[in-house]
Amino acid sequence: MYDTGKILAFIGAFVVFVSTPFWSNFGKAAFEPHPKLPTQYKECVESKEFMRADHMKLLRLWRYDVVRKEQRIYVNSKGETYPISLQNECMRCHTSKKEFCDQCHNYVAAHPYCWNCHISPEERKGWASKESLKKVSTEEASSELPASHH
Amino acid sequence: MGAVFALITVVAFVLVVYLGVGVAGLHFLFGVIIPYVAFFTFLIGMIYRVIEWARSPVPFRIVTTCGQQKSLSWVKRNPLESPYNNFEVALRMFLEVVFFRSLFRNLKAEIKGRNLIYGSYKWLWLFAILFHYSFFIILLRHFRFFAYPVPKVIDGLNQLDAFLHIGLPHFYITDALILAGLTFLFVRRLADPKLRYISLASDYLPLFMIYGLVISGILMRHFFKVDVVGVKELTMSLVHFSPKVPQGIGTIFFIHLFFISALMAYFPFSKLVHMLGVFLSPTRNLANNSRAKRHINPWNQPAKFKTYCEWQEIFYEQLVESGQPIDEDCPQVKERKKAEGAE
Repeated sequence: MYDTGKILAFIGAFVVFVSTPFWSNFGKAAFEPHPKLPTQYKECVESKEFMRADHMKLLRLWRYDVVRKEQRIYVNSKGETYPISLQNECMRCHTSKKEFCDQCHNYVAAHPYCWNCHISPEERKGWASKESLKKVSTEEASSELPASHH
Repeated sequence: MGAVFALITVVAFVLVVYLGVGVAGLHFLFGVIIPYVAFFTFLIGMIYRVIEWARSPVPFRIVTTCGQQKSLSWVKRNPLESPYNNFEVALRMFLEVVFFRSLFRNLKAEIKGRNLIYGSYKWLWLFAILFHYSFFIILLRHFRFFAYPVPKVIDGLNQLDAFLHIGLPHFYITDALILAGLTFLFVRRLADPKLRYISLASDYLPLFMIYGLVISGILMRHFFKVDVVGVKELTMSLVHFSPKVPQGIGTIFFIHLFFISALMAYFPFSKLVHMLGVFLSPTRNLANNSRAKRHINPWNQPAKFKTYCEWQEIFYEQLVESGQPIDEDCPQVKERKKAEGAE
């Protein structure tokens, strides 16, 4: 082999780049998301499989129906009707954004912008507390709001 | 025809996965074994190719140049087109790899009336850049399935790529750009009769495989949704070497995975190996210094030859007799003169 030193350095750089997923995870424990499911309700508006894969499309459809068509009733595949509302209907059962939505969204680095306009249950709780009322006029408080509020 | 053969191959890929996963339920084979085999084929195959290239002797400087080489100090030279030292070689290589400089010079020949006309033709360069950079960004983006927490850089790249906020999940700009690039590279081969004539199945197959990869990815993200958390659990289990396939991931994901596996396994054996080959091209990675340095062929046998002086010494008498001029500077002649003087 000619230029052995250079060639080995080149192969080394290539192997390091290509095997990044392997060595960067070496020795790290595998993380599994555990979204907290509501205990008192057994069924969502659609099947579990559908909601896992397609919930974002459903929510987008809901937004379209409400905003463009002023249609606030959703009829699911079984023919049951549900009022269309993220804050009042979805979050009625899934009471925590942190323990439900964020679990998987953080895991796969998805950044839905639902909460730029909607108010999460945690945020609502924060508003009612005494601490938040004290610092409501400070800059610190406003910097905690989502980007769209600035 | 090559394109038809390549198309049949790619359709067969889809059918194999559809039957294997969708009908026969071979999730472990298509989700774990084939990706592992493909990855290690890729890794070992690429290293093997590089070592094979490095074992081929390149005794002489065979640089492709298109500029004035280093010469006398008052001759204006072109360091990029005719690099003289390793730094200039590195500079030229950088521009080639990052900006596809030689493609930018691409010309197109056309017969107009009775004249052959050469004109600037930058489209190939433009779409090649679009294709390669989109593919690279898409590759980096996918790192979000192989890390937790996802690095800020990768996360930022994802959000930047999706910043148009079209649809939900957001549409990626690079998805459209890579399709545009691929389509141009494919149509180019079909539209030009000269190019169509020299295009082989091995030219179309990589294009179609990447088409299959991109289209299955777009379908999976926007149309036939899959459980993306399950997908990440699978990819993370692969990189932790404790593979397990979660239930309920759609077949479209396995088609996508099979396309990338096939592409990885095909890489070292195909033209795609130019990914590393560009760095090992002797026409690009050597300095054009033949005039300044002597490069000796390493397998040269010691040559048997006589110098003029030795030749003259053998035929000295005959040369003198026939009145030929004698080279007086030869050491042998000086020896003779000395010997004659001593007598």
